[in-house]
Amino acid sequence: MYHQYDAIIVGAGGAGLMAALYASKGVKTAVLSKLYPTRSHTGAAQGGINASLANLEEDHWEWHMFDTTKGSDYLGDQEAIEAMCRAAPELVYEMEHMGLPFDRTPEGLIMQRPFGGHTRNYGEAPVKRACHSADRTGHMILQTLYQQCIKQGVTFFDEFQVVDLIENDGVVNGVVAYEIATGKLHTFHGKSVLFATGGYGRVWSFTSNAHALTGDGLAIANRHGIPLQDMEFFQFHPTGLYPLGILITEAVRGEGGILRNSEGERFMERYAPTIKDLAPRDMVSRSIYLEIQEGRGIDGKYVYLDATHLGREKIEEKLPEIADFCRTYIGVDPVVDPMPVHPTAHYAMGGIPTNILGEVLRDGDGNIVPGFYAAGECACVSVHGANRLGCNSLLDIIVFGKWAGQQMAQFSQENDFVPLPSEPDGPTRAALDVLRAATGDEHAGKIRSEMQHTMMEKVSVFREEPGIQQEIQLLRELQDRYNRVQLADQGETFNTELLEAWELGCLLDLAEVTAACALNRTESRGAHSREDYPTRDDVNWLKHSLAYQTDSGVDIQYRPVSITRFQPKERKY
Amino acid sequence: MTMRVHVKVRRFDPDTDQSPWWSEHDLDAEPSDRVLDVLNKIKWEQDGKLAYRRSCAHGICGSDAMRINGMNYLACKVLVKDLGSNITVEPLLGLPVIKDLIVDMELFFEHYRSIMPYLVNNDPVPTKERLQSPEEHERYDDTTKCILCAACTTSCPSFWATGDYLGPSAIVQAHRFIFDSRDQAAADRLDILNQSSGVWRCRTIYNCTSACPKEIKVTKAIGEVKKALLFNRF
Repeated sequence: MYHQYDAIIVGAGGAGLMAALYASKGVKTAVLSKLYPTRSHTGAAQGGINASLANLEEDHWEWHMFDTTKGSDYLGDQEAIEAMCRAAPELVYEMEHMGLPFDRTPEGLIMQRPFGGHTRNYGEAPVKRACHSADRTGHMILQTLYQQCIKQGVTFFDEFQVVDLIENDGVVNGVVAYEIATGKLHTFHGKSVLFATGGYGRVWSFTSNAHALTGDGLAIANRHGIPLQDMEFFQFHPTGLYPLGILITEAVRGEGGILRNSEGERFMERYAPTIKDLAPRDMVSRSIYLEIQEGRGIDGKYVYLDATHLGREKIEEKLPEIADFCRTYIGVDPVVDPMPVHPTAHYAMGGIPTNILGEVLRDGDGNIVPGFYAAGECACVSVHGANRLGCNSLLDIIVFGKWAGQQMAQFSQENDFVPLPSEPDGPTRAALDVLRAATGDEHAGKIRSEMQHTMMEKVSVFREEPGIQQEIQLLRELQDRYNRVQLADQGETFNTELLEAWELGCLLDLAEVTAACALNRTESRGAHSREDYPTRDDVNWLKHSLAYQTDSGVDIQYRPVSITRFQPKERKY
Repeated sequence: MTMRVHVKVRRFDPDTDQSPWWSEHDLDAEPSDRVLDVLNKIKWEQDGKLAYRRSCAHGICGSDAMRINGMNYLACKVLVKDLGSNITVEPLLGLPVIKDLIVDMELFFEHYRSIMPYLVNNDPVPTKERLQSPEEHERYDDTTKCILCAACTTSCPSFWATGDYLGPSAIVQAHRFIFDSRDQAAADRLDILNQSSGVWRCRTIYNCTSACPKEIKVTKAIGEVKKALLFNRF
């Protein structure tokens, strides 16, 4: 079936919905999502969204910019970071005007709290910058944006899974979508296409990410010759609820929670003497790994996040969701007992490279792919560099979702439809036929599980060359076995087995790109910690990597980092 | 300690089945496993055709509401140890089944959209935030937790009797705006809820409150909307 829209938005999390609100003000817009929009993983974000509102204490966008740059281990592009931090207050007010139910100060202002890596006066002490709705800020952002889309009459195609990008002579002009309810393929012809498809945390076994986060957008773009930037930087959030991996928000520490090892020691005092438990996530995750490695983990497996001294009232009021998770899933009441936690695969700093307007870059010289945009976790603009600070992701999706939506509207008003190539859904049809027809004794679930467990072991918080090389070898074997996965379901209606198998193909691609980039970068920076290259090397590695898929494997090129206000310094907290 | 569970799943595939049937599965599970983990095991190890919706797996996204041992739950928020070794899983009642545990949600979302689920405020936009006291925020805080999973609406006998009834979830969503001090369209929403498809269909059965995975006091919220209509107070 054929559809024509000026702007086509893929993904209905915060970035996609924000883009939709703005694009649809100017041009005919459609949003395609493999889930119902309110199921998107923006809804799982807990702690808050950053803006230097200074509602409770002095704060400035320059301080926010400094913290974000330092948090990124100086790999973030400062031009983009400055734009985001300057825009943050206005955007947070805009969310409030849309109806977002922020917690309030006694004066009725938006409430703010401290978060990891956010400081006053360039690193002196934690600052209250994270605007929040209890510990369900992402849920409220997702709901609020969806509500506004309904108000504005935005067109949605729910449970349409985008499986291919259409281009003609270097211009992106549509997507191919699989309608999950019927198994039919749809061709969406557009003037502009935005990917806002989220992350790929399902590459790892211990993750805070939803089952749906299989990196579809990244894999599709990469298959079309578009590079993926900085894929070696994947954030492991320090506090995943053991043994499930569910996110326990950093707001627990923002509200005063403390990490303790098996001896009851507040070990972050040793690793980050100034801001202790509120150090950035990469440092806290490494510290937890080291504590466990050195025999100070509980049962050798996890550490404790202690909130018992906060009192019942504060936990019920400020952290009700995570209290519920602990009680429901592991029978621990955080009012009474500490929570068992372990670093959990959480957030892709890397992704489809874009400029500030959301335009996708095709190379290290900043040349764009006309008609193609990306925003949110699947994009790499790059404001997070080598390590994202907490509460900057909700800000990222709002800011860059908006600007991408505006840019799409403008581009679509100024340009005509580029004709589709003949049989635009042909390659998809063929690929799905191959999946359906494959025979053999392999199971997608088994291959996925092997990938997830080995990636956790070899390419997670700490990496070193022999382990990464073994993993790349194994991933190639898994790719080979993937061709022999036999599907039981040959039907058309909600064939989720077929889609899961297709998604596994994306995950395998992205695991290989991640491992190849991790092997290539012979330094330690932010979330990328090489045991064999333990220090940061600005002389050789202060640059973004761009990974291309080729027939002979992953080819890596580079892009310069934008450094404007803050020169790289040693990163201490 | 691993336990053996016997799972019965209500099945229907429109491509091949004339009528619904039960599939039965025996497998090992941990007491701490979620029912979603059990369904995943069945799908990944025994029967790839089994169809259900799922995403976040920790009670936030609202994809996997279903009927488990006769009660509505999110499959990712109920544990094996709380159900015992016999587990029966069925699709939600009151919405058309598409395949296995997947129901057609369109009627549910149509009702949601009908109550003006968005803030209406026609005053000029201030340069900073609109002020709202903590007490004013508290007034509607509970109903902001709704994740649109439909567990409440599809547990309601009044909704089973007539799908025209907007149902608890839509009323919860209306409540969230009616009692928000920043909103100016309460009267319009109350008009919608005062019609025969609105709050008066509620018979105070409390199934919705029991079913809500976010522990929203749904029946109380509906009661507050009824009171607002009777006494014109909100």
